[in-house]
Amino acid sequence: MSVVTNTTTIGAIEAPSRRNTELALLIFAVAIPVFAYANVGLALTGKLPSGMLGYGLGLGLMAGVAHLVVRKFARYADPLLLPIATLLNGLGLVLIWRLDQSPRLIQRAKLAWGKFSPDAPHQLLYTAIGVALFIGVLMLLKDHRILQRYTYISMAVALFLLVLPMFFPAVNGAKIWISIPGLGTIQPGEFAKIIIAIFFSGYLMVKRDALALASRRFMGLYLPRGRDLGPILVIWALSILILVFETDLGTSLLFFGLFVVMLYVATERTSWIVFGLLMSAVGAVGVASFERHVQSRVNAWLDPFACYTSDKSGACEQIGQAIMSFGSGGTLGAGLGQGNSDLIGFAANADFILSTVGEELGLAGMMALLLLYGLIVERGVRTALAARDPFGKLLAIGLSGAFALQVFVVAGGVMGLIPLTGMTMPFLAQGGSSVIANWALIGILIRISDTARRPAPAPAPSSDAEMTQVVRP
Amino acid sequence: MSELTLTVMRLGFLAVLWLFVIVAVQVIRSDLFGTRVTQRGSRRGNDANRQQQTGRQAAAAAPPPQRGQQQGGGGRQRRGAPTKLVVSEGTLTGTTVALQGQTVTLGRAHDSTIVLDDDYASSRHARIYPDRDGNWIVEDLGSTNGTYLDRTRLTTPTPIPLGAPIRIGKTVIELRK
Repeated sequence: MSVVTNTTTIGAIEAPSRRNTELALLIFAVAIPVFAYANVGLALTGKLPSGMLGYGLGLGLMAGVAHLVVRKFARYADPLLLPIATLLNGLGLVLIWRLDQSPRLIQRAKLAWGKFSPDAPHQLLYTAIGVALFIGVLMLLKDHRILQRYTYISMAVALFLLVLPMFFPAVNGAKIWISIPGLGTIQPGEFAKIIIAIFFSGYLMVKRDALALASRRFMGLYLPRGRDLGPILVIWALSILILVFETDLGTSLLFFGLFVVMLYVATERTSWIVFGLLMSAVGAVGVASFERHVQSRVNAWLDPFACYTSDKSGACEQIGQAIMSFGSGGTLGAGLGQGNSDLIGFAANADFILSTVGEELGLAGMMALLLLYGLIVERGVRTALAARDPFGKLLAIGLSGAFALQVFVVAGGVMGLIPLTGMTMPFLAQGGSSVIANWALIGILIRISDTARRPAPAPAPSSDAEMTQVVRP
Repeated sequence: MSELTLTVMRLGFLAVLWLFVIVAVQVIRSDLFGTRVTQRGSRRGNDANRQQQTGRQAAAAAPPPQRGQQQGGGGRQRRGAPTKLVVSEGTLTGTTVALQGQTVTLGRAHDSTIVLDDDYASSRHARIYPDRDGNWIVEDLGSTNGTYLDRTRLTTPTPIPLGAPIRIGKTVIELRK
């Protein structure tokens, strides 16, 4: 008799731990940035860059430690999250290093600040802090349900973090940074997105029945009762306030979008999405009509090449340059180190790092990169499906939703799909807060997926099992 | 550096990047596309044909084997998958319910799939359903007297091994092939 072997599926029950798969992928994920590094060095100077070993070892070491910690503390975690995060972070490091080598950017920095300091070593340091936080999350957070206890505390903390930048001076027109003397600047919005997801999941877990069931049906839509509209109105008002006072479209959109996504997932009511879209459209149009900073962003989005035909300059020039860099990249790209995306100048390695990807790796590389982001989100949603407790489900959806929204807002902004915002591409862009916060986000997702995929413990024999036996006649 | 080397490296890097994406997708393939269905007829030649014929004879005698939910149209019954639910003890002894891939509800309520005439059963006592891999899961629906798999009281949805007795009051139910 021939035996037919079925391929095993990754179900919620009796899944293999898959740590070896993760290790293999992780080695691959470290090798790709090293290859990219060599590629940039060969293209720019004709020889292998001297720091190649250092960066490769640094990234490999961090990935290895993270893997060992996952092996020890989250044995059943999802095998894809860590390798993809490592790969994205490694690619980000290479791209930042590549832009550090650009004579144009060095010249520009010397003109603007009198000196030039490369960003890649800082980014490596931030990555190390991020991985340390990731390890800390896995070691200290034994069960994600503990976070549920801090539902309202996290609301207060998140609001504090979101409001804080209002009291600091605007940097480049947006108030999203706070500066601590001696430490540098922090973007609290990045951390707030994790904390606000904890609050939303704790809150919606308790309130979702009221929000889902108490409604009337009208024209195929479930209309919620007036008083149930309260929370969404409050969140909407808050995000509008952020938009007005911090003039930051990204944080506002992320904050409100996350709430709508989680509300929809918690209640299964499409009407929330309709309301959310309507309200955000009204809010965005309303604010854009009188806030100058937002207005200039919208104008640059509507006509990216206006500054080439008229005398206006500023934000619109960046978008025009970004679009041109995508265009000059074409399908297969110019090759790492061979593009001219450094012409963008300002924030070339932060908000506009995607245009370097687009120009040097082309459409093919860009699609691969977006797929990698998509895979992280997919694993997050998958974790939410597999999670057994409602809080974990909502938190996993919230975190991956925040991640997805951020990728959309940044990529959409750089590519000219939506007005440009002040957010950074997770893991890829230069910026300490972003890298650190996203490693923490991945840490929490890995913790939830470990709990979700862990085989259910054998049911404990209960004491009354003997008493309630089958009564035989 | 020569133009050729750089072009090769450029395309090579894209290839490696895509290879990573493809490998990553392969790792979660079963999550994305469901279980792969092995076509025994086309792959195993004569041996498999003979086997299929004996399978058909068996199928004629027994209730028709049900297809697993996740398996595509051309797929055959997964080996060792249960096809029916048999009541082996209690007032309903001998009753069988073919498993069609839908949820089987157990309880005293009239709309249950198996209406239990049992003083120890609750009106909505338990349900048995396939998960997305085709494993059958039993879940207690908050019954008063509990549902037992073997001799342990269920607290969470639990997969049912073939032939393991599920006890509800005086009634015992098993999954059989």
